[in-house]
Amino acid sequence: MGLEFENTDVLIEEQKMTDKQKSNKKELTAWEIVSISRHPKRPVLQDYLSLIVDNFVELHGDRYFSDDKAMIGGFAEIGDQKVMLIGHNKGKNTNEHIARNFGMAKPDGYRKALRLMKLAERFKIPIVTIIDTPGAFPGLEAEERGQAEAIAKNLTEMASLEVPVICVVIGEGGSGGALGIGVGDKVLMLSNAIYSVISPEGCASILWRDAAFAPDAAEAMNITAKALLKHGVIDEIIEEPEEGAHSDYKAIAESVKKAIVKNIKPLKKLSVEELIQHRFEKFSGMGKFSINQSATSR
Amino acid sequence: MAWYSETTTVKKNSKKELWVKCKKCQSHIYNTEWQENHNVCPNCNYHDSITSYERINLIFDENTFVELFDNISPADSLNFVDLKGSYKDKYEANIKKTGISESVVTGHGKINGIPAVIAVMDFRFLGGSLGSGTGEKILQAANYAYDNNLPYIVFSASGGARMQEGALSLMQMAKTCAGVARLNKKNIPYISVLTNPTTGGVSASYAMVGDLNIAEPGALIAFAGRRVIEQTIGEKLPDDFQTAEYLLEHGFIDSIVNRKDMKAYLSNILSFYSNKSN
Repeated sequence: MGLEFENTDVLIEEQKMTDKQKSNKKELTAWEIVSISRHPKRPVLQDYLSLIVDNFVELHGDRYFSDDKAMIGGFAEIGDQKVMLIGHNKGKNTNEHIARNFGMAKPDGYRKALRLMKLAERFKIPIVTIIDTPGAFPGLEAEERGQAEAIAKNLTEMASLEVPVICVVIGEGGSGGALGIGVGDKVLMLSNAIYSVISPEGCASILWRDAAFAPDAAEAMNITAKALLKHGVIDEIIEEPEEGAHSDYKAIAESVKKAIVKNIKPLKKLSVEELIQHRFEKFSGMGKFSINQSATSR
Repeated sequence: MAWYSETTTVKKNSKKELWVKCKKCQSHIYNTEWQENHNVCPNCNYHDSITSYERINLIFDENTFVELFDNISPADSLNFVDLKGSYKDKYEANIKKTGISESVVTGHGKINGIPAVIAVMDFRFLGGSLGSGTGEKILQAANYAYDNNLPYIVFSASGGARMQEGALSLMQMAKTCAGVARLNKKNIPYISVLTNPTTGGVSASYAMVGDLNIAEPGALIAFAGRRVIEQTIGEKLPDDFQTAEYLLEHGFIDSIVNRKDMKAYLSNILSFYSNKSN
């Protein structure tokens, strides 16, 4: 899959970023990471499909309404592992972006994902989900067909799936739309990916009354892989090449493949009861609150 | 998600005011009549919000409610500061204002003699937003129902996930649903009651996966906000869009029940679950 995207502004922007990274090795700000996670050349699911997945058998449709192209899935071989691979697919150029709704799935997408997960469960096939979405699609037909119900159902069902589930946030982890395929035994995240309860722009327009404060909101919400690892939201960071995943497709794809294979293997050794109990405990422990006025960290 | 407005003012329903103006039909109702009617407009049946404890008094038999997990309150784990100040100041002010320590009150009691565990969200507390403490209480109450084989009822009233806790609030969606999943496995009844408003991350988690989803009349129930959708599709949405009635029509709600009938409705449902006749 070649890179067709040529946009001078982007390239200039990219060059600035590269220069900046080269000139000072200081940590990137949350907002800089946001722009890398949304970089037009950032590898998307279909790049990983062609680089690290053998024998992908795509399966279509939710059996209720449609085949949502923002969410794809099917049987796949990653290294020596046969898995059910499910993920958001943003597409690589304007036409594809539109056809795939920029990776914003409708209820049909979440229901397709669940159908494939339940199929995998029946035949003891581990599940790998790839998360890369600005969010679930906020449109009339999505509401009409139950966007909230579709996501809620996935969260509930994924909590008790009897096979290992590995989730990888490769770009944008946009809120409920990301979490809708994000309840896993291991949640991995690329070092310049983001995962957030609301977009920085959305948060800024509510709490700062102006979307222009998005960089402040990005910082405040702790949306970077590093911050989320610290808070126990994710389990592992997959390091990107220094200039970002877009600078070296092969390198990042290889790292993603290794991380997936490495994490599946020990999970396959657990009994179904252990697997489900561990997953329950993992998500039960999420969040921080106070007990009797004294703050506790969990 | 979490697009509740910080400017939402709690309706001043103080005893000093003689009249209450209905937000929907604009008619003026005697405050005493309004309160006797549990904040429902006697003229147009608009269901205004009520506090958690008012709700609990309406649902449970007298002196049967035992509160649980009320020692849980928010923590400002991200040291979140926005234009208006810190999250910590905000929730501390909310604790003072409402007298409750999180956006949900949890406990157990009896509904016409039938024991049940309940979680009742309170929209006054940070717009009923789903924070870590909220998620913890909803999960703990589900676990209590699980351990004691009691039916679980959640009354939702929420603008969605709590932005000031970042992805930790998002994870409460998965956490609460994990609790529901365990109830499902053990065949413990779980009833979700959606009241005005139930939106964003709350609608997309525990509120929408009840064995039964019940709603109060006219309740706003939505994933994405109306304005966001109108911007996305570039046209105006129908008036009844995202109301309880709209969801009933589209198959996501089992029934719409008036506030005054809710207790009898719930105990009637629960009587089917505990049916021991031959």
